Amino acid sequence: MAIFSPGFRGRRRDTNPALPPGQYEEHGFPVLTAGPTQRVKTADWSFTLTTESGATKSWSWDELMALGPETIATDIHCVTSWSKFGTSWRGVSVDKLLDGVDTSAGFVMAGSYGGYTTNLPMADLAGGKAWIAFEFDGKPLAPEHGGPARLLVPHLYFWKSAKWVNSLTLMERDKAGFWESLGYSMHGDPWLEERYS
Amino acid sequence: MTATVVGEQRETPTARSLRLSATDLRPPLAGQHIDVRLTAEDGYTAQRSYSLSSAAGADPLEVTVERFDDGEVSPYLVDGIEVGDALEVRGPIGGWLVWRPESGDRPVQLIAGGSGVAPLMSMLRTREATRSATPFRLLYGATDPDRVYYRDELARIAADGVQVDLRYSRRVPNGSDLVPGRIGRAELEASTLPPADEPSIFVCGPTGFVEAVSDGLLAIGHAEERIRTERFGPTR
Repeated sequence: MAIFSPGFRGRRRDTNPALPPGQYEEHGFPVLTAGPTQRVKTADWSFTLTTESGATKSWSWDELMALGPETIATDIHCVTSWSKFGTSWRGVSVDKLLDGVDTSAGFVMAGSYGGYTTNLPMADLAGGKAWIAFEFDGKPLAPEHGGPARLLVPHLYFWKSAKWVNSLTLMERDKAGFWESLGYSMHGDPWLEERYS
Repeated sequence: MTATVVGEQRETPTARSLRLSATDLRPPLAGQHIDVRLTAEDGYTAQRSYSLSSAAGADPLEVTVERFDDGEVSPYLVDGIEVGDALEVRGPIGGWLVWRPESGDRPVQLIAGGSGVAPLMSMLRTREATRSATPFRLLYGATDPDRVYYRDELARIAADGVQVDLRYSRRVPNGSDLVPGRIGRAELEASTLPPADEPSIFVCGPTGFVEAVSDGLLAIGHAEERIRTERFGPTR
């Protein structure tokens, strides 16, 4: 049963059907990070994919760029209740990293410079739903927003879009990442309001 | 779950602490937050997260809300809601920017910018409530003396042996020889526990503040794994 707040009206600016339940529209770009910002140069950057059998594939920055970046226009949704509409990114589809990889893994752990991790179902990473993003609004992605490259999984709450991402580890069984082990959802679908476990 | 406002206290012209009785909630840890959901009479809802400023396990809970003039929820919580009114709350949430008194006696350095002092106040109050002997130090940056939360209590905590350093970015108190300015590396070197003490460091404040402070802490030699941060607000 709802508890009514006498005299509370709200702004009614949030009637946009693109807004998931419990979210409000934010025009800035808030930063939420559990520790200091990582500062990684593209010359030192590398990315590693490890399959469930232990096979690895790695990419340098130039090798990532050579995979063929694309432009992504999308809304993003943070678990702290803000959503930002119409953001513009450039990135490389995770499908291109998975291309030719022999796997039947159902889950993936994304890892980052600085030690952050987040787990996702493979079904939420493959099939044109996720990117390694390195540009925001036409400019190189700023370090405080996860630059030089972050994971971009815009259909899930934004903590799944790991900043400073540098690895994907394919897993047969799901395992909790950083926030997931602190009480946040293993999946994080904003439309189902999967905020907490 | 339902919470009832059982007390309130004005902290600054733009901030108010609300004491909430929420007996169904799991006892919170120091530094956790709750989600507050407001529902208008026609069913329209809005939800925000607020850090708890009360001690771990305290009943009633306390949140301190800063009013943002173009905000949707904060003006109602600062100027609208009254003692006796009910709210919908969820939580407690978060297990990262958290201090546990049983975690040992490693010294603790708290660094707050503006309303970011709230979850750090929860840690100070928890230290006091548990009679912990862990050394604590607080560096708290506010824009001016009128914007300092928990002023009297911080003075009392300081008298009880926690070093509290207040700094001001725009205007210092009359008669003070402090210079207004942002907290940078020099201030961190002068007014926080040194790297040799290996303190646990909790930093909470607006994005720019936390960025500058955490970069400064790394530059003076603190290990990254001892620094836990919480940021709020947009980038500029």
